[in-house]
Amino acid sequence: MSILIDADTTFIVQGITGREAVNLTRECLDYGVGAKVVGGVTPGRLGREVHGVPVFDTVAQAVAHHGGRIDGSVVTVPPAFTKDAVFEAIENGIGLIVIVTERIPRRDVAEMVELATLRGARIIGPNCLGIIVPDVIKMGGIGGPAKNAAQAYTPGPIGVISRSGGMTTEMSSTLSAAGLGQSTAVSIGGDAIIGSTYAELMPLFEADEQTQGIVIYTEPGGRMEAELARWVTEQRSRLPIVAFMAGRFMDEMPGMSFGHAGTIVEGKEDTASEKITRLAQAGITVAERIEDIPGMIKDKIAQGSPA
Amino acid sequence: MRFFEFEAREVIKRAGIPVTDYGFTTDAAEAREIAQRIGGPTVIKSQVLTGGRMKAGGVRFADTPEEAESHAREILALEIGGHMPRGVLVDPKAEVEQEYYAGVVWDGIRKQPVMIFSPVGGIDIEQVAEEQPDKVGRRHFSNILPFSDFQAKEVIASTGVSGPELNKLVPILTRLAKVFVEHDMVLAEINPLGRLSDGSFVALDAHMDIENEARGRHRRLLADLGVGDEETRQAREATPFELAGELVDATDHRGVAGNVTEFDGNLGLVIGAGGGSLTLFDAVRAHGGEPANYCEIGGNPSVAKACGLAKLVLQKPGVDKIAVMMSIVSNTRVDIVARGVIKACLELGHDPGEKIAIFRIPGAWEEEGFKILERYGVDYADRSVSLNEAARRAVEKIQGVAA
Repeated sequence: MSILIDADTTFIVQGITGREAVNLTRECLDYGVGAKVVGGVTPGRLGREVHGVPVFDTVAQAVAHHGGRIDGSVVTVPPAFTKDAVFEAIENGIGLIVIVTERIPRRDVAEMVELATLRGARIIGPNCLGIIVPDVIKMGGIGGPAKNAAQAYTPGPIGVISRSGGMTTEMSSTLSAAGLGQSTAVSIGGDAIIGSTYAELMPLFEADEQTQGIVIYTEPGGRMEAELARWVTEQRSRLPIVAFMAGRFMDEMPGMSFGHAGTIVEGKEDTASEKITRLAQAGITVAERIEDIPGMIKDKIAQGSPA
Repeated sequence: MRFFEFEAREVIKRAGIPVTDYGFTTDAAEAREIAQRIGGPTVIKSQVLTGGRMKAGGVRFADTPEEAESHAREILALEIGGHMPRGVLVDPKAEVEQEYYAGVVWDGIRKQPVMIFSPVGGIDIEQVAEEQPDKVGRRHFSNILPFSDFQAKEVIASTGVSGPELNKLVPILTRLAKVFVEHDMVLAEINPLGRLSDGSFVALDAHMDIENEARGRHRRLLADLGVGDEETRQAREATPFELAGELVDATDHRGVAGNVTEFDGNLGLVIGAGGGSLTLFDAVRAHGGEPANYCEIGGNPSVAKACGLAKLVLQKPGVDKIAVMMSIVSNTRVDIVARGVIKACLELGHDPGEKIAIFRIPGAWEEEGFKILERYGVDYADRSVSLNEAARRAVEKIQGVAA
């Protein structure tokens, strides 16, 4: 199976008439069995179509047109309008929201996440590329055009979680080349506050029978890795985990931001070396090179060793 | 973006939190006038965005206005941790009975702000948390509901503080929470928060950091404080090379080709995207390479932008070759980056096959890109060559040049 989405998942694209959103819609429709993109929203553009997908002024119109609950939304509106768009999705009963938009102030993200929690909705991102279930469906720009996504992602037993959108594809491609497909790959976003962290996605992979191991991409900054290490230890996860840590050089440059908004060394707990230690203590193998990951996760699965 | 103390104090004052009758100046003679107005002993404090100013001699006590002037003159000329001061703050030397701490930061795991309070102030709060954990109160608060007085009471009471002190502290903490939320801050800290002999409280120093992504919402405040749009206030000042990188990125609105950081090696890097750049920079160093710079390409930049970035790096003194590498791209087009970097070489009179140590960008439009690279004799690699292996080859080539 998969986590978060499957062949039956219905979703809309908010901001669908934007240049990148038009491409993203095409990609999702083309990939796998073809995503069920049941509508798009851009205020003032009611009646248009984007690759055959009807465009509405509001999410409520999209839901009414669909005639029932819509599972998800991909939000691609500019930062100043993102909070309102996400609130609109949540208040119209949408349960899974992928926020692609970058550079959203943290306060807005925190408000969206809190409302989502109150309403039982889940947010992936912001500043992410979305979710892909190889050969089945993708929700977001992850992997790019259908042809390119098919080249990198193959179905299989590995769950992938990554703070970097591009590295989700790089790692999955490396796994695929070694004969290790993916159950689901999730680009969780590179900001300091995100809707779903590693530890928050782990229970879903844990419950997914197809998934036998987890590969994660991590960076300096924040405490998400410490949270994962704690979760793994407390829950006695059945899933072996291999992590890759980028940005080791940043330990020498505290206070400087590189890569993603959430990537900055502020204290001693969020350095690369401190995180590597914590992950290792929880039994998570930290790879030095991406090409080493397939062998490591294969070994761990073969040994039946938990994380 | 961090605020100087004099700016943070102004923000606090506007929020209705009591501050001393201080003055800010960039001029020693004016420091004397401020001290005269204050009357009595003063503290002259260097306004720098770096820690350890006390140790460095950037905080000095003066009994007379004349002394205030001479201290100000010395402090204004004193470099601290590589930073020249923006000015000096002339502060009345307050008769403080006890120093407290109040601060608000984000908790990225709980995804809520957390109010932190301690009756042990004047020193680093992390040190207090380690040595006297029962003296540090913490309380998360909602992003949706406004911060309420009872929450301030709870956090204060949790540290054993009661009586009139508690009641006087409540509005200060509530206002501080409001300042944090309304100004999109990532840190709002009053330390020390002094209790004077008459029982009143006054903010004696403040640290604030406003989120860069939210600067646009606070133009009015920033203008009032005299903060220029160009001021980034990173851990160190941007170099001319880095500023030139920002100009390249501003060429047009398509994609990113910038986020340049200067290093002093001989291998120029034209790399991307966010995570790929971090991975590649590590890999180059792991193989003994010396990067001339860090940068990021992503989001499908134009040929002009990729060309501009490559030119900037190629022209950096000491750069022998450039390595053009990214993780597999799905949005950025391989052929566009290839055309950009080749154009940069040609326009500078270089042979692309000579100057580009390796081109490793697989993904969207790679067939077209690889064809162009072949035509110009550039060594390129597809996805079967790992990021690490590409970095190794680049380092090997440049070390061949040096030897």
